[in-house]
Amino acid sequence: MILPAAKPTTDKRELIAALGRFLPDDAILHATEDLRPYECDGLSAFRQTPMVVVLPRTIEQVQKIMRVCHERGAPVVARGAGTGLSGGALPLGDGLLLSLARFMSILDIDPANRTMRVQPGVRNLAISEAAAPFGLYYAPDPSSQIACTIGGNVAENAGGVHCLKYGLTVHNILKLKLVTMDGELLTFGADGLDAPGFDLLALATGSEGMLGVVVEVTVKLVPKPETARVVLAAFDDVEHAGAAVGAIIAAGCVPAGLEMMDNPAIRAAEAFVHSGYPVDAAAILLCELDGTAEAVADDIERVESIMARCGASATRVSRDEAERARFWAGRKMAFPAMGRISPDYYCTDGTIPRKHLPRVLRRIEALGRKYELPVANVFHAGDGNLHPMILYDANRPGELERVEGLGGEILKLCVEVGGTITGEHGVGVEKINQMCDQFSSAELTQFHAIKAAFDPEGLLNPGKAVPLLKRCAEYGGLHVHGGELPFPELERF
Amino acid sequence: MTAPHDANTDIKARVLDAIKRRAPLAIVGGGSKHFLGREAQGEPLILGEHRGVIDYHPEELVLTARAGTLLSELETLLAGHDQMFAFEPPHFGAAATLGGTIAANISGPRRAYAGFARDFVLGTHIVNGRGEILRFGGEVMKNVAGYDLSRLVTGAMGTLGVILDVSLKVLPRPRETITLMQPSSPRAAVEKLCRWAAAPLPISASYIEDEHLYVRLSGTPSALAEARATIGGDVLDDADKFWLEVREQRRPFFGGDAPLWRISLPPAAILDLPGEQVIEWGGALRWLKTDAPATTIRAAAAKHGGHAMLFRSPVRSPEPYHPLPAPLMQLHRRIKAAMDPYGIFNRGRMYAEF
Repeated sequence: MILPAAKPTTDKRELIAALGRFLPDDAILHATEDLRPYECDGLSAFRQTPMVVVLPRTIEQVQKIMRVCHERGAPVVARGAGTGLSGGALPLGDGLLLSLARFMSILDIDPANRTMRVQPGVRNLAISEAAAPFGLYYAPDPSSQIACTIGGNVAENAGGVHCLKYGLTVHNILKLKLVTMDGELLTFGADGLDAPGFDLLALATGSEGMLGVVVEVTVKLVPKPETARVVLAAFDDVEHAGAAVGAIIAAGCVPAGLEMMDNPAIRAAEAFVHSGYPVDAAAILLCELDGTAEAVADDIERVESIMARCGASATRVSRDEAERARFWAGRKMAFPAMGRISPDYYCTDGTIPRKHLPRVLRRIEALGRKYELPVANVFHAGDGNLHPMILYDANRPGELERVEGLGGEILKLCVEVGGTITGEHGVGVEKINQMCDQFSSAELTQFHAIKAAFDPEGLLNPGKAVPLLKRCAEYGGLHVHGGELPFPELERF
Repeated sequence: MTAPHDANTDIKARVLDAIKRRAPLAIVGGGSKHFLGREAQGEPLILGEHRGVIDYHPEELVLTARAGTLLSELETLLAGHDQMFAFEPPHFGAAATLGGTIAANISGPRRAYAGFARDFVLGTHIVNGRGEILRFGGEVMKNVAGYDLSRLVTGAMGTLGVILDVSLKVLPRPRETITLMQPSSPRAAVEKLCRWAAAPLPISASYIEDEHLYVRLSGTPSALAEARATIGGDVLDDADKFWLEVREQRRPFFGGDAPLWRISLPPAAILDLPGEQVIEWGGALRWLKTDAPATTIRAAAAKHGGHAMLFRSPVRSPEPYHPLPAPLMQLHRRIKAAMDPYGIFNRGRMYAEF
């Protein structure tokens, strides 16, 4: 994977000298063996050794680093914990990798206003742990929450299993400080519930490090529900499970989490963590209900009867916290569980309107047969966010190419039924071609114009998130609509 | 319901024509939010004819409708399926449309407990300042492909493009609702609300007026019974009418000619300003009737990390919105230029600078 180089002429030695004027030695890495750990993020199929890695400790240092790079035309890629799955933090060989790992402080906890001000390198789970003494927590909980950092969560608009009820990162933050490519420090959002001007907080959230580097985040905290219980239901038919998802929501329930796994995923997870999943079921649903004990009891009764009506062959309700954790363990460990049964796996992230769930699952199965690759499905059923995992062996010649073909077709299918190529993992470098399936040339051009409003030289995380029209023309996937020509504005690029 | 009508082609043609003539357009839905912000310069571009529901599947919790659709019609449709716009938008007039509600990002009593309009925006079609019809976001709950331009145009008061249609997340209506009223000083009431908000209570609205605190609870019958014991106070009769008056600013407080300030603050903040006040959103929204100078009010809001907007005044203010710091204003102008390079849409509607 070769990324477009911005200005390949940056003088490495001169850049290091300029950085050394305000950064201590231990904050600049440039020897090959020191750079190696930064060559990829959670998408390890793509690797690139950065020219330099910097590890600043203060906002002023970040501003100076940006100015130094801006003056020299050196591209910059920001990185949190590097757990991202789409290659958003993949470095550039001729650029600087800006690690925010040393921004690890919780700056302020304000229990009366239910907010916490944190540096971007604070881990997602550490926020909830610090809030726990006040009976509060931070709601978005991506599977990587033990390791992933809040700065990366903002960059990717991270979700998790509870976002049907509690929303994504964008719904759970109030204020951001970020540094733009020219070293300017800006504040988006406010300490109240809204801010004057454009909603730049929403624009920056999920912008994949293309618009600015997040250096401080004020998050909202919410009260811990008094009780949470999980209904585990088994189905003999995937379509019945899909129908039950719609029926629960149509009945006026908004579960805290509503997850589905198909048989291959159930088997792999059960073999790994022994959650007590029924290994013969075609699909299981995990439905978490939270609130006061009485309300949860009411809801459980309703959900169980809906599940039964939709053809569940068995349902079980978690009796205590330990059992609830066990029910979730299989789902949360589904990805590593795949790693045990297959040398490699590739996870996609398309999202579809829920009503198309049965149809899309059938189609994914057929596509798997066509490409002769097994697919296991886990998904955030309540949100329609699919994570089909394609199992393969990278050492077998030609298999990775087949995986990419199948993955691409699955995402195309998601777009066809009115969905999106990525629900929560981001585009990064991984899905950059599929952006051409989802957006028209005018839409992509609009994205580039927004990017230029923040970073006219295109030095921040270049080559990610939004493809150049030229790339789409080569990929041959540019979305055509309204009878417009596929790339009328090509000459602009 | 009024008959649906798709005017996408006409609207696009109007915009292209305006671009050709470099003639600014002032976008009008139902005109119910005309009093908000500044007066836009330009020829009116009326969207009221562009109306109708495009898609609504209750079990998907998503509704897509054209910008000119009446808010009241959509609410009736949702209520028929026991659903609602959870941000409880104020109408400020029978002519209120979906497009205007989203362009103004306006939210009502439930906001502090459920989120504001932009939280529920899933996707939009817009016409940008090049006369192109663009789609951002979609009809799904989670979507991180491309920049979130559908949320960027939400609250931009039509300055970044013409909103053609919007997909919104909708929610089930709560099974039961009660409103409790108790005497309380405003300061004590805010303290109580902050304490309650840190506990898992089913509060769905709050209002403080004349030494009284009103709390609305929504949820399952058993949850309400339990919460009622914690919160205390007397049950308010005719509560729906009461919250409608709060939402639509028809309480007596909102009458009269004094300038009305909308001050957004961290909920627990203590605001020391002269004038008459009512408080919503658990303390996070203060409505202040005062003749104090704008600079004093804005400094007090900014001290707490909030902001102040002159919401209504007898004479339209040249600067109703809280001023932006210079670097942020420059960024706003660059974003405006990126979306609307010829400065066609709602020029001067938010700030004089764009």
